Amino acid sequence: MIRWEITPGSVPEPVLRSAPRSALKIRSGSRFVNTEFFAAWIEEITAAVRAGRDHLTELDAAIGDADHGTNLDRGFTAVGEALAAAPPRTPGALLVLVGTTLIRKVGGASGPLYGTAFREMGKAFGEAPEISPAELSAGVDAALAGVRRLGSAAEGDKTMVDALAPAAAALSRAVRDGLKPEEALEAAATAAAEGARATVPLQARKGRASYLGPRSVGHEDPGAASTALVFGALRAAASRG
Amino acid sequence: MVGIVLISHSGGLAAEVVALARQIGGAKVPLAAAGGTEDGGLGTSPDRVSAAVEEVDQGDGVVLIPDLGSSVLTARLLESPGRVVIADVPFVEGAVSAVVAAGGGASLDGVLAAADEAWHVRKL
Repeated sequence: MIRWEITPGSVPEPVLRSAPRSALKIRSGSRFVNTEFFAAWIEEITAAVRAGRDHLTELDAAIGDADHGTNLDRGFTAVGEALAAAPPRTPGALLVLVGTTLIRKVGGASGPLYGTAFREMGKAFGEAPEISPAELSAGVDAALAGVRRLGSAAEGDKTMVDALAPAAAALSRAVRDGLKPEEALEAAATAAAEGARATVPLQARKGRASYLGPRSVGHEDPGAASTALVFGALRAAASRG
Repeated sequence: MVGIVLISHSGGLAAEVVALARQIGGAKVPLAAAGGTEDGGLGTSPDRVSAAVEEVDQGDGVVLIPDLGSSVLTARLLESPGRVVIADVPFVEGAVSAVVAAGGGASLDGVLAAADEAWHVRKL
């Protein structure tokens, strides 16, 4: 069977390599979140994607192929079915299943990209039953590294990286500064939303929108917009208590 | 013989380019189309692409030729250095060049090099 791995290409992969697996085992703070938290996160994403489906598709109609909202909605609906059919026991296993399902079911470019993001995060968590804030931050860094490696996109290219990279940086900073988990996730969600809005004046250099050249200016990138929903959902999952 | 998989957003586009390339020089080349989503829409199905790779793999390597967008990302997920490789080439011209080379018994590197020449073939 095919295993959904990305092979290291010509693109450097600094973030994941700077956070080796051994570093993730250091228990610096209190234990934080378990499998149920990540299941709640996925539920919140699914609801946000459903509510935002038409908006995402409208953004995509402006500069892409008008299927982003529909594709993500189909993907997360399939994720819900997969999780219900075989509930994973660890956060890592849950996120790997989420990623694999998205890769198989989304149908557009966001499938391999989001699928890789969740799979890399899940793999970074390993078999741990609970995840500390520092580990969560390292997991988001691993997701970002995977997306960058697969899509060869950098910040400023008008892609999901423009929301994901600032969210990862904000989360990392918040954890380092010792903020409470809710505050750290608030910072990440705010950074993702601001990053998405900041794609409006950019000209696309990657993805379907890059074919439009200067005509891609003036529209929010749909992938960055959905990434902001994903981090908003993370904050929402934390506030469930 | 090196296998070739044409990956497109469109099932029809992939199938027709396979037909075209086969007619030009690849009657015996293991060649498969993997286009569109599983429900027949525009998009890419990784399951469809991985099945096509297994179908054309005779042990001499497989060249993936994607058109754009998710085709490229899906192809990248299936890369396996020295065994399953991506040709970053014009879809139609690259496919024809690759199929002709594979039909002539070229190695994996030879098929990739032939496909790459499609960048330099002018029509006028």
